[in-house]
Formats: sequence, structure tokens, C-alpha cells
Amino acid sequence: MIQLTNLHKAFGSQKVLNGLNLTIPDGQITAIIGPSGEGKSVLLRHIIGLMQPDSGRVEIDGESIIGIRRSEMNRIREKFGMLFQNAALFDSMTVFENVAFPLQEKTSYSKDEIRIRVLSALEDVGLKNVEHKYTDELSGGMKKRVGLARALLLNPGIILFDEPTTGLDPIIKRAIHQLIKDTHEKFGFTAVVVSHEIPDIFDIAQNVAMLFRGEIRQYGPADEIRNSSDPVVKQFISGSLDGPIQMV
Amino acid sequence: MSGAVQFIGRVTIASVRDLGRIGWFLIYSLYMILRCPGSPLQILKQIRFIGAKSLFVIFLTAAFTGMVLGLQGYYTLTKFGSEGMLGTAVALSLIRELGPVLTALMVTGRAGSAITAEIGIMRITEQIDALETMALDPFRYLVTPKFIAAMLSLPLLCAIFDVVGIYGGWVVGVKLLGVNPGAYFYEMEKAVVWRDVYSGIVKSFSFGLIIAWIGCYKGYYAGHGAEGVSKATTESVVLTSVLILVWDYFLTSILL
Repeated sequence: MIQLTNLHKAFGSQKVLNGLNLTIPDGQITAIIGPSGEGKSVLLRHIIGLMQPDSGRVEIDGESIIGIRRSEMNRIREKFGMLFQNAALFDSMTVFENVAFPLQEKTSYSKDEIRIRVLSALEDVGLKNVEHKYTDELSGGMKKRVGLARALLLNPGIILFDEPTTGLDPIIKRAIHQLIKDTHEKFGFTAVVVSHEIPDIFDIAQNVAMLFRGEIRQYGPADEIRNSSDPVVKQFISGSLDGPIQMV
Repeated sequence: MSGAVQFIGRVTIASVRDLGRIGWFLIYSLYMILRCPGSPLQILKQIRFIGAKSLFVIFLTAAFTGMVLGLQGYYTLTKFGSEGMLGTAVALSLIRELGPVLTALMVTGRAGSAITAEIGIMRITEQIDALETMALDPFRYLVTPKFIAAMLSLPLLCAIFDVVGIYGGWVVGVKLLGVNPGAYFYEMEKAVVWRDVYSGIVKSFSFGLIIAWIGCYKGYYAGHGAEGVSKATTESVVLTSVLILVWDYFLTSILL
């Protein structure tokens, strides 16, 4: 379980997280939605310890990750996989080398075992015969798939998705969402998905949290949020220009 | 008035924070070199990049530096009728001073800037974050191999610079200006002692450390976007060059 308590984070005078509280249950897909620039990615980076809050607590399975030693942080990070917004693949490596990298560095598998696992992971995300390509030879959707294969490879208990479908066409977008859903069903990990994809995200997420002005405005089962009567949530989901959310 | 005080305060705090961060970066890098220096393959790759690929520019710079020293030395020494000392003048200038400094400046321009750009691009494209999320220490993969490679490559490149430079001076002094070839090398052999060579090695080694330190640091903390990387690269080259010259003065005063 991921528990965020009274989280505050500011960049200079700009408050991004303002006393945020959120509990993310195990084994489910939780989506975090909200207007651009509201700190959704910042929130995700706090969960995996890439950022430290100004105050507040972040607990992973009951263990606080604030102010802990790097070695302890790395032990907790073993539980995680992360798919970055632009996949964050190593551009000097081929697809195979990218996916194999965590296995080579963190396990004692033989070369043959690594090869079998990498090809199988690529197949799980619907990729074949791309292992020799460099990342700049891949389309945006393929990069996301490779990123997901890399994130899945060590069977993490928690996977964080930072806007996994940004910049993709509607068909690829649907395919990536389906992939998240399928791999979640197959591996049973806890997923936290930061997304702007309304209403598609309601089809894959069990829980949805709406982030607004540094706090969780509303959190609950996907259907409850979809039919919310809260004016902020309602305006965001409908994409209306009129309402409490002002365009910057 | 209070605005000016606030500004000075802000700048001071930022400077102290940056100094602390750059110092911590060096200490942690050295700690990581001792603890887990990275794979030998990574180190060899970096030696190839920082060392082997700098050979051409080192040859070229060394040859012309030696030739200029030959010309200038001959012009000065003939005033005292001591042109036989040309070999000594060229060799001592190169071994003690110009070899280490010019090698370091050349490597800074060629490899130091590339180190910053490479790490900076990895920073802005979240590749460093990706390493961290895999519970892998980015220093082990990106920083320590470059430190080791730079500290090993610089003394070797400097040795090559010295030899090529000495022969550059020989071409001009002996072949073009007619200095006695025996005197050129004999006087050099008499005058150059181990302490001179040692001081060149120590300087090159420490310059290698500075190149890797500043190059990696500036890339690791590069700002946002292409502009951030471009700024970091420029700052890296300028700061490294200045540090090399300043450190050279202090080291020379210690090693003299």
C-alpha cells in the first residue's frame, strides 16, 4: 500500500503539493487525473523517492521513504517499475540491451536466460523483431511498449505510469491502455497511472483521484468519479471552459 | 534597499549551496571509485573516448607547440650565445608546464564538453531517473568510469604530448635553424631530472580528475531542455579551463 500524508512541496514561491493525502490500495489500478501543471508527475516522483517533499510522509508498505539512506531507498525501489512520459530508454543502447539492462545488473541469469526473458517480455507487450533496433528508430508507441517491457521484467509489485499515452494517436493510445489492463491482469501489480485521457482512463482504472490545487479534490471508485457532482471534477471530465478551473 | 539585501542574500545562499553540491559530488565520486568503480568494459570504453580519440588533436597541438618553442627559444638563446641549450628549454617547458596544461585544455575542449553534453541529455530525457528507479546508482554507470578513464588517460596523453613536442622543437631547432643535434639531446638529458617528469605526471593526473569532475557535475545538474544542456556544456568548458590554470599555479608552487 502507498500512503501519502499531508504532503507539501513548493518550487520557489509556487506551491505544487499543498497538504496532499492519498492512500493507494494494493493490486489495483489507480489513476491520478487533474489539469496540466497541477503536480501529478511531481506526486509520482515523490512516491518513488526521486523528489523529497518539503514536509509530510510517504510510506510504501508501511515504511517511510523520507530521509532514508540511499541503500534503504534502493531496497524499497526494488518493489517498483516505472514507465516515464517519454519512456526514458537509454538512447545509446538497442531495444534488447535496454530491456536486458536491469536483468544484467541485478540478477545472475546466464546470457541465454536473459535472452529468453527479454524476448518473452517484448512479446508480452506485442513487440517482435525489434530487439536489434536503436530507440530512435522506434515510433512513440513502440518506445512506450519497450519501456513497459523493461518495467515489467523484474516483476515489480508496483508500477508507476507517467502519462503513458501522451502524444500517441487514438488507436495506439487505446492499445497502450489495453496493454496496461492486460499486463495488470496477468501480473497483478499495483498500478498508479497519471493520465489526461478522459474518458478512456475510466475504462482501465478501478480508482481515480482528482488532483487540484495541490490537494486530492476527490478520490474513489472510477464510476463514482465519472458521475461526480463536484463542480471541479465535473468540469474537468466534461472539458468545459466554464467552471471553477481557470485556464492559465 | 531591502530588495538589494534580499538579492545579495539569495545569491550568497545559492553560491554556498552550489559549492556544497560540487564538493559533495567530488567526494561521493571518489567514494564510489573505491566502493564500486564500474565494469572494466565501461572504463575501457571511456579510455578509448577520452584518451585514444584525443590522440590526433594532441599530436597536432604538441607538434606545433614544440615548433613554436623551438623558434622562440632559438631567438632568445642566440642573444646569449646559448642556442645549445635549446633542447633543455623546450623539454623543461613542455614536461613541467605546457605538456600537462595544453593536454588538459585540449581534452577539456574535446572530451570534457562531450561528457557534460552526454550526461546532460541523459538528465533531461529522464534516463538518469530511470537508472535510479531501477535501484541502480547512476554514479557507478555514468561518473566513476569517466573519472578513472580521465585520470589514467591524461598522464599518458601528456607523455605523448611531451615527446611529440620535443621532436617538434628538434625539427625547427636542428633541421631548420642549424642547432647542433648532439647538443639538443645531450643538454636535455643532463638537465631534465625525475622530479620534472614526476611533476608533469602529478599535474596531468589531477587535471584528469578536474575534467571528469566538472564535466560530470555540470551534466548531472544540467538545466531544462536543449538550452540547459548547451549552457551546462559552455559552463563546463569555461570552469574546467579556469580551474586547470588556477590549480596549475598552486601545484607548481608546491612541486617546484
